[in-house]
Amino acid sequence: MLLLLVARMNGSTSNRSAAALVSERNLVRVSGVELEIERRGRGRPLLVLYGEEALELDAAVLAELARDHELIIPSPPGFGRSERPDWIETPDDIGYIYLDLMERLNVGEVPAIGFSFGGWLALEMATKHDGCFSKLVLVDPYGVKIGGPMDRDIEDVWNIHPERVAKLKWFDGEKGKRDFTAMPERELAIIARNNESFARFCWDPCMHNPKLARRLHRVRVPTFFVWGANDGIVSLDYGRAYSRMIAGAEFSVIGKAGHYPHLEQPDEFMRLVRGFLE
Amino acid sequence: MDVWHFTEMPYPYLPPLETLSSIRVSLPSKHFDPKIGADLYNRYLDEYIIADELGFNHMLNEHHQTATCIDVAAPLSAAILARQTKTGRICILGNPVANRGDPLRIAEEMAMIDCICRGRLDVGFVRGVPFEIFAANTNPTQTVERLWEGIDLAVKAWTSHDGPFTFEGRFTRRRMINLWPRPYQSPHPPVWITGSSDLESIKKAAGRGYVFATFLQPYETVRELFDAYRSAYLDQGLPGGGGTAFMPLVYTGDSEEDAEAGARELIWYMRAKTEPQFRNPPGYVPVDLNVKALQGAFGRTEEIRVKGLDFQREKGVVMYGTPDQVAQQIRRFYDLVGGFDHLLMMQQAGFLDHKRTVASMTRFAKDVLPQIKDLPRTRPINARGAAE
Repeated sequence: MLLLLVARMNGSTSNRSAAALVSERNLVRVSGVELEIERRGRGRPLLVLYGEEALELDAAVLAELARDHELIIPSPPGFGRSERPDWIETPDDIGYIYLDLMERLNVGEVPAIGFSFGGWLALEMATKHDGCFSKLVLVDPYGVKIGGPMDRDIEDVWNIHPERVAKLKWFDGEKGKRDFTAMPERELAIIARNNESFARFCWDPCMHNPKLARRLHRVRVPTFFVWGANDGIVSLDYGRAYSRMIAGAEFSVIGKAGHYPHLEQPDEFMRLVRGFLE
Repeated sequence: MDVWHFTEMPYPYLPPLETLSSIRVSLPSKHFDPKIGADLYNRYLDEYIIADELGFNHMLNEHHQTATCIDVAAPLSAAILARQTKTGRICILGNPVANRGDPLRIAEEMAMIDCICRGRLDVGFVRGVPFEIFAANTNPTQTVERLWEGIDLAVKAWTSHDGPFTFEGRFTRRRMINLWPRPYQSPHPPVWITGSSDLESIKKAAGRGYVFATFLQPYETVRELFDAYRSAYLDQGLPGGGGTAFMPLVYTGDSEEDAEAGARELIWYMRAKTEPQFRNPPGYVPVDLNVKALQGAFGRTEEIRVKGLDFQREKGVVMYGTPDQVAQQIRRFYDLVGGFDHLLMMQQAGFLDHKRTVASMTRFAKDVLPQIKDLPRTRPINARGAAE
């Protein structure tokens, strides 16, 4: 099945005129699971692992990255139009499926950028196979437990009043507001299913894999953590401690930004990421 | 028609509700006074014993981390009633097998209680309401699958009498399953399940001959659910058993004024506050219902809760009045839903005190029950036959 569509360009981080980019979406069967893969833009391949809310798909930063990269954007099982068979229960399971996907795509070592839940998935892959990435950008990822049983490393978004969650996620709450009543039902169905799948994989243990911290020494690719200074879900301290678990990892902070620094401060984000990737 | 007494065993002595964000899941236990709690537990159990003497059966349930229900282990209260009541049947509705996560421990406990009460036990299983997910930490996206794997394993354990077997399922893996005691009733106690919209589970319940129960739903919805159950029951050519049950709030007064005052006490339960994130954890309901939630539509149950008492009476969710009026409301509801077999009555809720609770129960037993007890048990409907 092939879906051709023109990627929506929701503004640009610079004043360069936004040329409409052709985007292609395929359903590919990998490890017995039908996955949706979007390819967008032209240039050197860049794997994009989007976050649990998939807000990146419409964001200016992806449009920017697509100017000089061919973005490979898979939807995890249960997200977008990807299947979610019962046997897939953890990000660890998804890591193996994504490694099979990279073999199938036959793109060799590529740079990757993972946002939030997607950053965690990138590390599940990198700890299992050393040869899939050339560089790794991680933006406010979840995935490890750092403190003790009574420490709240990762705010539990499912326990907290939605208004409070929005305050924890965003430096500027206005940027996080979405008018669901204006969206078509097929888009809402994807949002509802993404929410459900995120809970399927990350409910317990809450947004971490207890084994991941013990595997991070296996990550040997140049790794760059980008963190929102005001992230109330996973704090700066958590981010710094996380980055120290990967030898040689760099760490940068973006001010006036919460859990999604790439959405709140796209210019600063692009400056940092371009500097690292080039 | 069988009638059942029920109270959730509430703890209503809280600070003003407008000062609390939620009385479920997150309410600090500093608001629970153990001395008041001790009085309440004993009082509610006393009311079940009075209900037994009045000719009621007994329904029990459990919830966790909530002031709406301090019965946190229905098997414990069922065990007490097994010893202290004489005639009424005892139905746990139900065992939260998805959240408890140990179907065999439940099967054992039920077998023991069934022996103590000499076969008066009915065993309900429930998926658990959304708030319960948080206390149990169950993955909210898998509760239906957990429920059915648990029920099927419990029944298998009750009915296996030739030594151990091993079970390696999706959620439970156990070696050497060999239940002692076996249940008093053979092959096992009647099984009940609850539901409010999931037609697949209703079909499964019918296919296994289990009683299907639904709570506090308007009669139009109850009719749909019971029709689905009855059609599936017949289509699957069942061996027998089964039945349908409905739970309204019920207050039988000595005058219309008294009845309305009693009903207003009972609907404390409908106004119990809960923060929104606890009402709909992700994946608890299917995607199509969550699409509606994103669009801002609230569910039918929520709608019922915010409407007034007259509306709730019209829909059959709250039944109240003089004995004749209550009997008339039950008969009307019976006709509107195509008949049903078990009337589960929440006759105590909120601040409704012991004296008024017992007065209402006594009036019901004396003056309502004779008018409805002979309503015939329902038969499966022949959906295919009707279509042909």
